[in-house]
Order: sequence, then C-alpha cells, then structure tokens
Amino acid sequence: MLIKKANDIPSSEITSKSMYLNRRKFLAAMGIAGAAAVGAKGIFELASSSNGAYAAEKILNLQKSPFSTNEKVTPEETVTHYNNYYEFSTEKEEPAGLAKNFRTRPWSVTIDGDVKKKQKWDIDSILKFAPPEERIYRHRCVEGWSIVVPWVGFSLSELIKRAEPLGKAKFVEFTTINAPGEMPGQQRPVLDWPYVEGLRMDEAMHPLALLCFGMYGESLPNQDGAPLRMILPWKYGFKSIKAIVRIRFTENQPMTSWNKANPPAFGFYSNVNPNVETYHSQSFERRLGEFRPRPTLMFNGYDQVASLYSGMDLKKNY
Amino acid sequence: MIRYIKVAIFIVALVPLASLMWGFFGPTPRDMTTWGAGLGANPIEKITHVTGDWTLRFLLITLAVTPARKLLKMPSLIKFRRMLGLFAFFYACLHFLTYIWLDKFFNLHEIFADISKRKFITIGLTALVLLVPLAITSTTGWIRRLGGKRWQALHRLIYFSAIAGVIHYIWLVKADIRKPLEYSAVLAVLLLYRIAIWGTTALKNRTLLATGPGRPLVES
Repeated sequence: MLIKKANDIPSSEITSKSMYLNRRKFLAAMGIAGAAAVGAKGIFELASSSNGAYAAEKILNLQKSPFSTNEKVTPEETVTHYNNYYEFSTEKEEPAGLAKNFRTRPWSVTIDGDVKKKQKWDIDSILKFAPPEERIYRHRCVEGWSIVVPWVGFSLSELIKRAEPLGKAKFVEFTTINAPGEMPGQQRPVLDWPYVEGLRMDEAMHPLALLCFGMYGESLPNQDGAPLRMILPWKYGFKSIKAIVRIRFTENQPMTSWNKANPPAFGFYSNVNPNVETYHSQSFERRLGEFRPRPTLMFNGYDQVASLYSGMDLKKNY
Repeated sequence: MIRYIKVAIFIVALVPLASLMWGFFGPTPRDMTTWGAGLGANPIEKITHVTGDWTLRFLLITLAVTPARKLLKMPSLIKFRRMLGLFAFFYACLHFLTYIWLDKFFNLHEIFADISKRKFITIGLTALVLLVPLAITSTTGWIRRLGGKRWQALHRLIYFSAIAGVIHYIWLVKADIRKPLEYSAVLAVLLLYRIAIWGTTALKNRTLLATGPGRPLVES
C-alpha cells in the first residue's frame, strides 16, 4: 500500500469533520465492524470471487426506505431475463446471455460540465457516499408493461452535492458507456450511441431519484444496468439510464437519445401520464405476472413529484 | 400423394400455434412462478409477436407459390396455395384476437382509440380486412361463381394485404427495423417477379396485336 506524503493528498480527500467524528457509526452502517479497513469491495460482502465471471455480491446492511411500495415484488427471474438494453440486443431475452462477460470493474464516473472541479470518481468510492437503501419501486416501461423491483441505492442528491455544481447548472446529463466490443448492439446505429439521458436539476435533486447499484439485495446483474444506473420511478423506464460513465451539469436541456430518435414519441420529461399518448396509448399497463391490464397511474403513482411540474402543460412538455 | 403432402403441410403449419400453447399451458422453465412463463416474462407480447410473424411468413410463402411453379417447373404446387393462404388468414385472426382479447381485454374504447390514432394499428387492421374476402372466396365453389377472371382480380388484394402487413411491422418497431426490412426485401422480390411477368406479357401482347396472329414474332 502506497503511503502518501502529506502534500500528495488533495483536499477533496480530506475527511469532513462530521464524517470523522461519526466514523464508527458510518462504518457500522456499511456493515463493516469497528476499525476494520474498508476493503476494495467496499459495501459488498467480502465474498470469494469466482473465476472473474459475474457473481452477484450481497449488499450488507440495507436500510429500509419510506419510499418503498407494499405491492407484490416481481420475481427476480423475470427482471433478469426481460430487458430492454439495446446496447446488447433489441430482443428482450438476449441481454441476459450477451451481458455475461461485461466488465464492471474497474469503473469510474466522470463528473464535469458546470461544476466547481472536474472529477473522475472510482465507482467503489461513489458507492460509499451514503448508506445503501432498499427501495421497492414500481417501474413502468413506455411499451406498456410494468414491474415492481427492490432496487438498492441512495438518492442521486448525495452524489450531486459532492459534485458541487455551479449555480448556472440547470440540468444534469448522463451518458452510458460506449463499448461496442462488449456490447454487440452498439455495433449498429440502432440509436445514436452512446446513450444519453437528462433531468432538470430539481428532478435530479428529488429524493425519489435513485442512484442505483443493486437489486434484490445484491449488486446489479449486468443485464440490468450494472454497475451503476439511475432509477426514476415516476418516468418511463427508458429515462432510467444504465451503465453510467459520465454525469455532466449543464445550462441547456440535454438532447436525450430517444427524443433524438423519435421526437413525437419520446419527450424529454416522459413522465408516466395516462392522459398523454406518446408512443401509444398509456391509459393501461400490464403488470408482468398479471393477466388483466391495470389502469396506469399519474406519475406512476408517485404524486410527491407533482409539485415539480405545477403550472406546466404536461401535454406540451411530454 | 397430393393428399398426403397436404396433410403434412397442415400439421407443420400448426406447429407455431402448438408451441405457443405448450409455452402457455406447459411446464414453466427455471424458477418462474408466473403464468404462461414458458413464453417468457411477457406471454401476451410473445403470442402477439409469434402470430404476427407467422401471418407474414404464410403470406410470403403463398406469394412464392406462383414463382416456384414457374421456376421449378412444378405446376402442381398450385394445389397447396389455398391452404397456405388460409393459414396466413388463420394466424392473422389469432394475432387480431390476441390484441383485442388478451391485450385490450375487449375494451372497445381503447381499441377504437388505437385504431383511429395509431397508424400502425390502422394499417394492420387494413391488412387483415383485405384478407377476409379472400378467405371467404377461397373455395372452388366461389371460383365458379365469380368466374376465373374476376376471382383472380379479387385475389390480387393479397398484394395489398402483404404490403400493408409489412408496413404495419415497420411502423410499430421503435428503432430496430432490421427484421421488418428483411420481410420487405422478400416481399419486394416476390412482387418484382410479378411485375416482370406482367411487363414481358404486356410487351408480347402488344407485339402480337401489332403483327397480327399467324405471323412469326421473329423474322427467321
């Protein structure tokens, strides 16, 4: 282990006083006893890794969240074998197999744009920004199907405050990795790769916006967006970008991939809205596992975001 | 002999439906506890896609009979064309039934909204509707009733149905139009064949009219 000399250590790595004073509580929350050094795996159980192939790692000391729903959770098998992940394939059953050897370590996220200082954070340090919470969210695809998934992560706001965006930043833009060697779908211009998504700053700061790195108590499977993704439960699923490598703060509304591909069908906001038909009628949805269709709820049932859009014409700003 | 082949084709043509039913009612793979899991996580979507695919395939197979007869010099292939065409109609009906029943649960308001507002559904329904008179008049009785020429004219509707079906597929796809384009390519070849035949026949007829019967086309 390299012992750094004092002037090698950048100020951003200085432990804040409050964190220092609460370090034992902090470490305990991460499930690592007392003064034990935080290992390279960080928040995951220090499990014996298999031959490098993907092995789900259990996340320790999950906090419960008041944002969780009591609805019936979709079986994990469904959520891991039915994936719209065009970077791998446009057939929903294929990403599970195609993503098997996708490398999620080493992984870093670039933070740039209108920020105090451009950063490049290793993912394992990002995962320690806040205690991991289990949030059971409804997830609604624009195609008309929905699932209920126990995601694991913490509010995106925890990352944003550490990124220190400047006052003029009004939007957050996310970019997925561009890796056509590992992601066969990126070898054809099905979409304009890499995948880009965006949020208005107040949407990004909303506590519901989840920076997600796990599901069902374990690290994210590759086909579900490993190692880091967004989950925005009040919006159509394509807004919940996967395999994030860059987060940029900007003054101007970002051009998102699906909006670029088909502007009338996929808007920047794409809030779940039974009254606005975009790609097709959105009044009903099929919860996977259920036989009958069920009515779609405004904001997917997450009324707490309604205040973000008060006064906005949601038919125009779809 | 023809009879046996017909029975064989009939059985084989039912295989896609049989595999759907097996997936729906049969044992579920892995640990999936949800109904119809043999068809994956979204069985209704799977049934819709499979029935749609086979509608298009049978339409294209039916359209391939005439070129096959000429090119393989097997005129008796015509005997199978009716059954193949009816299977296209059969899968089209299943596809439509899946939509109005399993997908929309007979919600007429939703169905009419879809048909009027989503153009891929409008054109899909058009493709189906065009097949209805063809299915009804598929019998020899009707060939006699209409007379060969009128029957043949009516049954040219299959070209429009196939074109509408392919456009339905192109319009419903969100980004990856590879598969619909593959169907379009096959359809284009089958239609070009007919255009070529029509073109050369028209040319031949014009020359005949000009030179009159009884005179050789080519001065030897």
